[in-house]
Amino acid sequence: MTQTLSTLGSDAPDASALSEAQLLDVYRTMRSIRAFEDRVHEEFATGDIPGFVHLYAGEEASATGVCAHLDQDRDTIASTHRGHGHCIAKGVDIKPMMAEILGKTTGSCHGKGGSMHIADLSKGMLGANGIVGGGPPLICGTALAAKIKGDGGVGVAFFGDGASNQGTTMEALNLASVWNLPAVFVAENNGYGEAAASTWSVSADNIADRAAGFGMPGVIVDGFDVFAVYEVAGEAIRRAREGGGPTLLEVKFTRYYGHFEGDQQTYRGKDEIQNAKENLDCLKRFRKRVADSGRLTDAQLDEVDAQVAQLIEEAVTEAKAAPVPGPEDLVTDVYVKY
Amino acid sequence: MTNDQIQRVTMPKWGLSMESGKVTEWLVSEGDELEKGQDVADIDTDKIAGTLESAWSGVVRALVVEAMVDVPVGGTIAVVAPADVPQEEIDAVVAAAKEQLASGAIEDESGPKVAEVHVDGRSISYAVLGDTESEATPVVFVHGYGGDKNSWLFVQEPISADRATYALDLPGHGASSKDVGDGSVATLASSLVGFVNELGLPRVHLVGHSVGGAVATVAAADPATLGKVASLTLISPAGYGPDINAGYIRGFAEAETRRELKPHLQQLFADQSLVNRQLIDDLLKYKRLDGVDAALALIVAALLDGERSAVDVTAEQASFGGKTVAVWGAEDKVVPASNAGSLEGKATVHIVDGAGHMAHAEKPQAVIAAIKEAIGAA
Amino acid sequence: MASRKISYREAVNEALAQEMERDSTVIIMGEDVAGGAGGQGEDDAWGGVLGVTKGLYGKFPGRVLDTPITESGYIGAAVGAATRGLRPVAELMFIDFAGVCLDQIMNQAAKFRYMFGGKAVTPVTIRAMYGAGLRAAAQHSQALYPLFTHIPGLKVVIPSSPYEVKGLLAQSIRDNDPVIFCEHKAMYDVIGEVPEESYAIPFGEANIVREGDNVTVVAIGRMVSMAEEAAKKLEGSGISIEIIDPRTVSPLDLDAILESVENTGRLVVVDEASPRCNIATDISAQVVSEAFGDLKAPVKMVSPPHVPVPFAGSLEDLYIPSAQDIVNAVKTVTEWSK
Repeated sequence: MTQTLSTLGSDAPDASALSEAQLLDVYRTMRSIRAFEDRVHEEFATGDIPGFVHLYAGEEASATGVCAHLDQDRDTIASTHRGHGHCIAKGVDIKPMMAEILGKTTGSCHGKGGSMHIADLSKGMLGANGIVGGGPPLICGTALAAKIKGDGGVGVAFFGDGASNQGTTMEALNLASVWNLPAVFVAENNGYGEAAASTWSVSADNIADRAAGFGMPGVIVDGFDVFAVYEVAGEAIRRAREGGGPTLLEVKFTRYYGHFEGDQQTYRGKDEIQNAKENLDCLKRFRKRVADSGRLTDAQLDEVDAQVAQLIEEAVTEAKAAPVPGPEDLVTDVYVKY
Repeated sequence: MTNDQIQRVTMPKWGLSMESGKVTEWLVSEGDELEKGQDVADIDTDKIAGTLESAWSGVVRALVVEAMVDVPVGGTIAVVAPADVPQEEIDAVVAAAKEQLASGAIEDESGPKVAEVHVDGRSISYAVLGDTESEATPVVFVHGYGGDKNSWLFVQEPISADRATYALDLPGHGASSKDVGDGSVATLASSLVGFVNELGLPRVHLVGHSVGGAVATVAAADPATLGKVASLTLISPAGYGPDINAGYIRGFAEAETRRELKPHLQQLFADQSLVNRQLIDDLLKYKRLDGVDAALALIVAALLDGERSAVDVTAEQASFGGKTVAVWGAEDKVVPASNAGSLEGKATVHIVDGAGHMAHAEKPQAVIAAIKEAIGAA
Repeated sequence: MASRKISYREAVNEALAQEMERDSTVIIMGEDVAGGAGGQGEDDAWGGVLGVTKGLYGKFPGRVLDTPITESGYIGAAVGAATRGLRPVAELMFIDFAGVCLDQIMNQAAKFRYMFGGKAVTPVTIRAMYGAGLRAAAQHSQALYPLFTHIPGLKVVIPSSPYEVKGLLAQSIRDNDPVIFCEHKAMYDVIGEVPEESYAIPFGEANIVREGDNVTVVAIGRMVSMAEEAAKKLEGSGISIEIIDPRTVSPLDLDAILESVENTGRLVVVDEASPRCNIATDISAQVVSEAFGDLKAPVKMVSPPHVPVPFAGSLEDLYIPSAQDIVNAVKTVTEWSK
């Protein structure tokens, strides 16, 4: 039976699970992602950003609530083409990220990967992935390595509702269960796989309903509520660390921008996005929850907003000024040694 | 029934694994006078190409096989006899030989046996050939830098005719342990000393090539072998002078590919055509073994001081003071024959024309003669 | 060195055992590489479908992992584990199964280092059986190494004898790049001299199997034995062929081939892979491009016809390039005149 964590009324998880420092951290992460994505949206519209970008705005609570439980050195995450949020939540530096998206040598991948392949292996971030469903099998590998090394590490595979139908994802769920791996599979159901509604493309009522079929617990959570995500992710990650095996989390929310930048989103209902921004937005909800409980003041949160805005501004300015890779960079780093 | 004066020239066994060979070119014709040491034929096996030097003298009465025909080791390839032996007797011998070759009934007389002993925690592989019960003092062969017990393939068999012979793989080489300690001649010599003692040999003649010559010299002067070493035969030995081809020594160790190794190997021989694909391949296979790179690096570091030899065993040779015979190829480009000056008055020195650093491969008869001189054999 | 005669199969097993002994980060995974998982009978029941990995399960507890039939899952896991400090040797039972896991090899493993700006190291080895001759028919007899050779970021190794397979497998495992290691299924019982000790054969260094002056014959994998047979057939004809075994087709030792062609002026390339875009076409094009002036005749490629591998023995024997086919090609190039 799939669990669902209620986020309404008095049953809603509150801010008491986190310390003041953690609360600020969570807020900073979500605000950074939002600001980053909004800015990339703006810059893309000017024509300065090459290639494809897929923005995470609206989904911040998922990456943030999950990654708050992860260590930099022993825990790993795999991501999707919509990977900026996962990167920031896992601790990848924002300035190199912006430079990477602009294709500059100062980028996290020296300009050779771009938005869809941003990675920082030193922080356990296995990269955004241009292949839908490319991540889950890799996480079976990192979780296996953690299990063999015995360091208590956990692998978290983020994937979308589209990827939940991909063979690789299902193979990974089965394999993680058969091998009892310290893995957590986070299906980020933002309602659409490209232009197809997930209610249409996913044969089950919920993605999490499939969990039982793969021998693991399935949990549904409101993706607009970072505290709810924090709670269920915490439990799943703890279970994995303690050798209890994998869990399938289904995070339900929506994305504010298109599948890719430039997508006119004509496949969505008229007021869908507006409604989400006004009534469901994770940042608004966070502010309300902490204000209501008196844990943080508006001033503290506004200060974070300002710092983040400053950081993003610097990131863009520096990235625009940075050099592009030259001919000498074209054929390097294909092999360690050929 | 067969006339004693009729001698069979047989396909030699060059190396432990040789099973057959072919004459690529006859260098004598029927009717020619033949002397010991004269070149008889160019022979190719899958391991090595070489020239068969005559161990026989007389007239070449018959060439039993044609060029390019595969002949098993031990098969008769020519008949040598004085001119006055009747032709029918020669024909009978030839016919019998051909029949034997056709039937494939040649017995490969037991070649060297390979065994292993443990010395100072290292395994030492060696090949023993000849009668181990014989009263004659056995000969121990010590190969050089980058070589192994198979280096003696042209020489060990004739010497083993009347006594036991042992060819060992030094540490870092062949099938022995690749641990060479500090890589010094002293360490290698102590392995040789340990080897002799481990086998319980009361008395030995030592034959050493190149670095093996230095090793044998140090071993001969070691108190642990006091009175045991009856003679020393040195072939292009290292440690008898400062001149050494440091470029070769380093180059051999550092070469990783066929292309890199070949030019170095060519410096070993007066006749560069002896550097064939098989030789290069065998050496690359050796160098690829785990631990060999490290072993050679240590040995090279201990062997060289800049461009000169860091090893000097002249004092040990003097301390040994026993019968010493040296053979040097006149065209030795690795340890030049000029180093032989240090042996004046202390050893009999033979400089051999037409040989480079590997006289025991290029002019084996001269080396065999030198060994026999040292060991006092006929 | 102490050499003795063992089979190609035993040489693979010995390389795996020695490398696992030498380096505790080496693990093996694949379908029934031990066999007997979960059943009432013996563990290590198979040791691989053709017995290649037998005995390793017991020798290295916890490091020989059976998998379900889930190529994307476990090949992806091997790739992911490789990014986290393990050296996985994953078995793709038949190279024909590349179809169900190609993404993990082609888009993930091969591209991590380049896409992530030189910061990823992915030391994964994928062993796969290839080749015709066992009447295994169309879906189990292909020689798909050209597919992998085409992908920048992969290395492709094709050993031709027991000595070669042991040394090249050791090198593959020690190598820090992803390696596709191709074992010919019809060679497992071939006997050869193999040193007891551990050794590694460097990549990108062709082996001159036989010296000759009239025609350069480059042969891949099992075709090296065919070329040696052809050389024997040509004895007495006055034509001597020089046989080159590239050992690795990526990286390829083109210099060795060019050096030989400079001497002989004639080239025949023997490749069991299907004729369109196989290694023979690749080598031929490169040689013609670099050494046109040295050639005295057109280059001849000896490959099967452009058909799937047939089942009936009478047909399969016609399919596989034979020693006589090589002799005919050699004669064609020696007899050619404008």
